[in-house]
Amino acid sequence: MTIKVSMKVNGKPVSADVEARTLLVTYIRENLRLTGTHVGCDTAQCGACTVLMNGRAIKSCSIVAMQAEGADIMTIEGVAKPDGTLHPMQAAFKENHGLQCGFCTPGMVMNALDFAQSHPSPTEQEVREALEGNLCRCTGYHNIVKSIMAGARAMGGKI
Amino acid sequence: MNAPLIGARVQRKEDYRFLTGTGQYTDDVALPNQSHAVFVRSPHAHAKIRKISSEEARKSPGVLAVYTGEDLAAAKVGGLPCGWLITDVNGKPMKEPPYPPLAQGKVRHVGERIAVVVAETLEQARDAAEKVKVDYEELPAVIDLTKAKTSTPIHDIAGDNTCYVWALGDKAAVDAAFANATHVTKLDFWNNRLVPNAIEPRSANAMYSRADDGYTLYVASQNPHVERLLMTAFVLGLPESKVRVVSPDVGGGFGSKIYLYGEDVVVTWAAKQLNRPVKWTAERSESYVSDAHGRDHLTSAELALDKDGKFLAMRVRTTANLGAYLSTFASCIPTILYATLLAGQYTTPHIYCEVTAVFTNTTPVDAYRGAGRPEATYVVERLVETAAREMKMSPVEIRKQNFIREFPYQTPVALCYDTGNYQATLDAALKLADVQNFSNRKEESAKRGKLRGIGYACYIEACGIAPSNVAGSLGARAGLFEAGEIRVHPTGTVTVFTGSHSHGQGHETSFAQVVADRLGLPIEAVEVVHGDTSKILFGMGTYGSRSIAVGGTAIVKALDKIVAKGKKIAAHLLEASESDIEYDRGQFKVAGTDRKKTFGEVAFAAYVPHNYPLDKLEPGLNENAFYDPTNFTFPAGSYVCEVEVDKETGATQIVGFTAVDDFGKVINPMIVEGQVHGGLAQGIGQALTEGCRYEDSGQLVTGSFMDYCIPRSADIPLFNIDTRETPCTHNPLGVKGCGEAGAIGAPAAVINAITDALGVKDVPMPATAQTVWRSMKKAA
Amino acid sequence: MHAFEYHRPSSTKDALALGQKEEARYLAGGQSLVQAMKLRLSSPTDLIDLGSLKELSFVKATGSGVEIGAMTRHADVADSKDVQKTIPALAALAGIIGDRQVRHMGTLGGSLANSDPAADYPAAVLGLGATITTNKRKIEADKFFKSLYETALEPGELITSVAFPAPKRAAYMKFKNPASRFAIVGVFVADFGGGKVRVAVTGAGPCAFRQADMEKTLAAKFAPESVANIKVKPDGLNNDLHASPEYRAHLITVMAKRAVEAALK
Repeated sequence: MTIKVSMKVNGKPVSADVEARTLLVTYIRENLRLTGTHVGCDTAQCGACTVLMNGRAIKSCSIVAMQAEGADIMTIEGVAKPDGTLHPMQAAFKENHGLQCGFCTPGMVMNALDFAQSHPSPTEQEVREALEGNLCRCTGYHNIVKSIMAGARAMGGKI
Repeated sequence: MNAPLIGARVQRKEDYRFLTGTGQYTDDVALPNQSHAVFVRSPHAHAKIRKISSEEARKSPGVLAVYTGEDLAAAKVGGLPCGWLITDVNGKPMKEPPYPPLAQGKVRHVGERIAVVVAETLEQARDAAEKVKVDYEELPAVIDLTKAKTSTPIHDIAGDNTCYVWALGDKAAVDAAFANATHVTKLDFWNNRLVPNAIEPRSANAMYSRADDGYTLYVASQNPHVERLLMTAFVLGLPESKVRVVSPDVGGGFGSKIYLYGEDVVVTWAAKQLNRPVKWTAERSESYVSDAHGRDHLTSAELALDKDGKFLAMRVRTTANLGAYLSTFASCIPTILYATLLAGQYTTPHIYCEVTAVFTNTTPVDAYRGAGRPEATYVVERLVETAAREMKMSPVEIRKQNFIREFPYQTPVALCYDTGNYQATLDAALKLADVQNFSNRKEESAKRGKLRGIGYACYIEACGIAPSNVAGSLGARAGLFEAGEIRVHPTGTVTVFTGSHSHGQGHETSFAQVVADRLGLPIEAVEVVHGDTSKILFGMGTYGSRSIAVGGTAIVKALDKIVAKGKKIAAHLLEASESDIEYDRGQFKVAGTDRKKTFGEVAFAAYVPHNYPLDKLEPGLNENAFYDPTNFTFPAGSYVCEVEVDKETGATQIVGFTAVDDFGKVINPMIVEGQVHGGLAQGIGQALTEGCRYEDSGQLVTGSFMDYCIPRSADIPLFNIDTRETPCTHNPLGVKGCGEAGAIGAPAAVINAITDALGVKDVPMPATAQTVWRSMKKAA
Repeated sequence: MHAFEYHRPSSTKDALALGQKEEARYLAGGQSLVQAMKLRLSSPTDLIDLGSLKELSFVKATGSGVEIGAMTRHADVADSKDVQKTIPALAALAGIIGDRQVRHMGTLGGSLANSDPAADYPAAVLGLGATITTNKRKIEADKFFKSLYETALEPGELITSVAFPAPKRAAYMKFKNPASRFAIVGVFVADFGGGKVRVAVTGAGPCAFRQADMEKTLAAKFAPESVANIKVKPDGLNNDLHASPEYRAHLITVMAKRAVEAALK
């Protein structure tokens, strides 16, 4: 009972025959072996699996891969420049010590990238509200909030 | 010459891979011919297993095997061991019931492992796991701590469900002091049960090779060597030399990844049976019922004071919940790491603590960030604050009046504090928190219909359990040293191998800072390797805020040996006497001259020994060291919390949190601040949002992020933090450790602030909106 | 997740034909359904993905209010200029459902069809007296929510759009479950003028319901003090770890009062 799914991931067309019940995150991690997108819960609370679908942050554990048929997906692996230079949001996380164990980090960065498109100069409160769907157990959010404020300013509204 | 690296805010070396999705966590490891395991878990808290029918599951598509406890017993796989023997007050050893990796005959908590299904794909394993049918005979569940002693026995060897009764301190002296006290403050409370909830779920992926009869286990562990030691020596009966344990990137631990878990054992054993790699990764709902929980103390505590507010004595009775089985270090948490901390920062001359540890039909309880010390701090700091209020004294003054001021200080509960300056951190915190203007802020809050409160906590913590021989006399079954190795390469770059493990702490950076600073090398010349038993000679791992104090010191000791050997080589190269050689930031110099050899030149000579004293000295430049500390280190600090309570809903917002800590010498302030932030958030979580609830039937009500609330960004304020330094006196770096401080000090500070806002004696943790609303209603 | 057959119809007609299968389920955004399937709490034989049905995703100003297509994502309702202008309280409500990732996938129709007792949209639908259009009929809000996860929808029936009449003023106040972020209590208050006031409560009972006593006092005078002293009876209200029926009853009054205050701002 497999079904063919096709989409663009990090700018590259990909397709595979998968079981219909394959979650988007499973497709990304297991089929494409892009393991930067993480799974931290089974109730869609932690946000570690956040990717961009057609430019908007979504939880890739909460949809089946087929729901992304034909979509443009960006994962954490597609964020830095091709030469490896960090994106300004990634750089802001590094400069502000916005990560510790690194497990929630990809989801944080992906959500922040989307958020910063519409919030080029966010307040602390706006950032905290934007992180409602992302859990971190290491940082107490302090430096994540600072990172996103700095990263958003550096981005100037464009990913 | 390089600028000093110790004390510098160096950005982390490990960040690039985490920010680009190129880290490698255990579940990211995919081995050739990978198979997947799913555990069948008990839906009951307490039941006899009459029969397990797995025929249908075995026939399910893709299934490779189904194993039960009987299979493991037949293969002589042993039970999971406990690493600390506590002796009961009656002189007998604690009760140690068997803890089979898969249940045998009986299940004792919801989520206990009953069987494992291994299949080609994860979904196939899940499909098949549903088909394993278990026939149970349900038994009454033991959930209520206060009734455990008289409830249905969980284990045959502990008829009263009591693992041990243990005591510390001079009871007679304490009772006498209470008899003569002017005032006694008494509190009864539950130190709420917590679920650690590292965002990376536990995971284990084992492979076996017939070529060398060897195993490799990738596992999300805080201490791979300990995992290997326990698994090989006690459970699987394998030579350690045949087992490699790798803990690659690990996504947070907070204690929960210290222990040897049944899943790790089962996938390792199964890998050989199937001759295929077997991977298991917890779903979050599994984590809730199978990761060791933390805290869960029921405590009655009293403080005796004289008429001036001087502490005379403290008396504490605690019932500690161990859960259904003894997890790896469960027994030492409510004893050795709890009662010994009850002096806090004060000169209380007499302290007595009695702990009854009981078994219940709940998930095992073990160390969680702070482990015993948050519970102790909560006892002390809630008592102190309450006493001040009852005696109409300032909570600040009563603390200052009772501070320990002379060091070393021998407490009445076994520990000897080497150094500290408690007034310094408290004064700094008062200033940073702008406490003098609190009343203005309170008025302003009142105008908005909010009740504002302020609360304090002055905590003490003990890090780096040591020395090993003393710990051994107290029941420890393991050493508590750390190992480190410095490998200098021929061109002068350095690889550091440490037995400590980083799962967010940033050791790759802070340990590299220590080494680069001491050797006078650029930090880029130093790499830190951890988490692989095949690379690192030995290690006790990372827990109890021990890494820099114990692991860091082992590295420094190895560095000293490197420099000592380097001096011998340099003396030869410079044709000088070894005693005339000085090492100064990257250069071996002949004292009083301009003759020198760089570190790189010496390293090169050691590996290309053409001009080398081969008759006296081995070639190469590689040293290792083991360090067993002479004492604990004693970080301490002062926290000030301000809250606003919504009068109508009871919702509490933390509107200010100030922390001034004394961690001794700080290696990387940026990393230390991050550790404090994270600890504080977990402490605030304990105080406000987190708390396990079991139904009487033993079902875990708070079994997912939908019901168990770990703090989100909007629940946490921006923190105000600073440090004061009194260097540790017994390690060369002067460091103490910082990983758990926030989680230790925060709960008492938050509850002290809420009770201040409400004007009530106590509010139970977690102080959820409903709980606070009820407290307000009761007080009205 | 149990195995199922996946369908991706390109027209509403095809979707409806597929939806006649007994154990088939429509998949809108999937933010509740996929979760339930992952935990194996829901196991449809067929999943009919409505993601391609662009005709079900729209916001239309109707003169008397707004009509919103069933497949419109929460974020698009929140960001819609038409909704912000016509019924700002509805845009604001859509903007605090779940979290921003959920709002990018979750849909109006999916939320209503699921009728989670603690979902936000039911409060707006009931509070505004919206009309739900399905492939078969129009259903008044008052007749839509039946019980826990139970609506007036028949098997195979598909919500296509919802028409919300514009009130004179309205507001929604939500007291969140700290863990799940669903409503422990959410109160939507709408004043249509001329003594017509609707108060709808979500999170507190098996499904969204109206608070008649408050509607009456607010109709007489639309002011916070009109509800501040109304004591809601706890009987029949939800009871869980986070809130007892008594606490929920109390919160209904507090949230209603605050909603009225907000509506008047």
